Amino acid sequence: MLIRRPDDIAPSDITPRALFDRRREFLRLSAGAALAGMLPAAQAKLGPGRASVLSSTETQTPLKHVTGYNNYYEFGTDKEDPARTAHALRVRPWTLSIEGLVKQPKTLGIEDILKLAPLEERIYRLRCVEGWSMVIPWLGFPVASLLKQVEPLGSAKYVEFITAVQPETMPGVGSRVLDWPYIEGLRLDEAMHPLAIIAVGLYGDVLPNQNGAPLRLVVPWKYGFKSGKSIVRIRLTDSEPRTSWMKSAPREYGFYSNVNPEVDHPRWSQATERRIGEFSKRTTLMFNGYGEQVGQLYTGMDLRKQF
Amino acid sequence: MNLALIKPPLFIVCLAPLAWYAWGVQADTLGANPIEAVTRGLGTWALNFLLITLTVTPLRKYSGWAWLGRLRRMLGLFVFFYATLHLSTYLWFDQFFDWPAIAKDILKRPFITVGMISFALLVPLAATSNAFAIRKLGGRRWQELHRSVYLIALLAVLHYSWMVKADLSKPLIYAAVVGVLLGLRVWWRVQERNRQLAGAYLPKPRGRIISIAVKK
Repeated sequence: MLIRRPDDIAPSDITPRALFDRRREFLRLSAGAALAGMLPAAQAKLGPGRASVLSSTETQTPLKHVTGYNNYYEFGTDKEDPARTAHALRVRPWTLSIEGLVKQPKTLGIEDILKLAPLEERIYRLRCVEGWSMVIPWLGFPVASLLKQVEPLGSAKYVEFITAVQPETMPGVGSRVLDWPYIEGLRLDEAMHPLAIIAVGLYGDVLPNQNGAPLRLVVPWKYGFKSGKSIVRIRLTDSEPRTSWMKSAPREYGFYSNVNPEVDHPRWSQATERRIGEFSKRTTLMFNGYGEQVGQLYTGMDLRKQF
Repeated sequence: MNLALIKPPLFIVCLAPLAWYAWGVQADTLGANPIEAVTRGLGTWALNFLLITLTVTPLRKYSGWAWLGRLRRMLGLFVFFYATLHLSTYLWFDQFFDWPAIAKDILKRPFITVGMISFALLVPLAATSNAFAIRKLGGRRWQELHRSVYLIALLAVLHYSWMVKADLSKPLIYAAVVGVLLGLRVWWRVQERNRQLAGAYLPKPRGRIISIAVKK
């Protein structure tokens, strides 16, 4: 017979896991801060961040390619332009305002955003609409953690992400290549999906400017352009936001822009992709291989029409 | 002008872009996506050589250096050379010789369609770039055939601009240069026609003839 001895510690005395973690986090951060005080600011590391079950185990794209091959048109339309010119981007002070159909509109400083939730490492595939892909270890937290801060109203259906325009640091915004500021959007349930994150770093370190410092969206099952960089404003709305690419070429870019090998871009095939660093092409996977997690968001939708 | 002194070094210079990309692949200096860099680079150079070839005649005309005309064939064949390499990189590294996929791509994607038409039009020009073909065709027919290079120039720029995602600035620069080079030909034609008309007929009076009363 099994005799259960009462626990010699009352449940109320047990530190809740979340609080425990936050204390660890605090210790870690304060130790980090003390260390950071002694080091030049640029060397302050953000990571490594907690490991996540949502991470891919594929070979990661080398850092030099992740930071040297970017589409960030505000800094020029050539892939090498952002690495050359984005150092000018002013990332401090930085505020993010969250507004629209929310109970508690808020403006948060970047320092508060970095402390908002424990940072996780999320190793995701990134598939560009142009037919290339990478595997990037991001550092960030779920978009949901951010949106919970402002308590979206029941009427909120969409989330609009508005990114920075700094004419004095961004040589590209002088041209009319796209409609500035660069705007992206998600349906609220997409934004609340655990895979959708706000990234503040990559490869265990602060996000490089050319990758969208100081904070950007990462939605791994959609084409890369959906993941807006250097976000300054988030708006919750009841109508579908018109994104910059939809305005630029409505026939070519839809609101959803889920990675879909069966729906071609009008000017190139989406059936295959070249993983940066590889010679042969790979077959592109539905929802960039995240179908199991996100497929249910689109049940009943004709993804050929709602591309 | 002794062309034997110019042609061999020019030939070497024309190979420089290819050498640059070959070295770049070896030394890994072409960035994160070297295959794309090579494909686009070779296409750009095919277009560059096309514009250079189209510059020969105006340059000859305005400088008076008649010998320039004798470099045109070599430059034109370099257009074909780079266009062939450009097409090969597409067939090999982009499609891995998947012929059904290539056929679908040509039919479905306008910028590929236009690129293929441009290349197809280049083939007869390259094939007839020899004295035998000129003799066989006769000067006039040969020249008529080779006028399709103007159409090729337009199609090549269209191919480039349809390939680009949003920033049309570079294709527009090429379009402007092609515009000037083709515009010159149109302008010469108009002048030539006026000259012929002037030779054939007496000049017609312009405007109305009015009588002027002269005071005595």
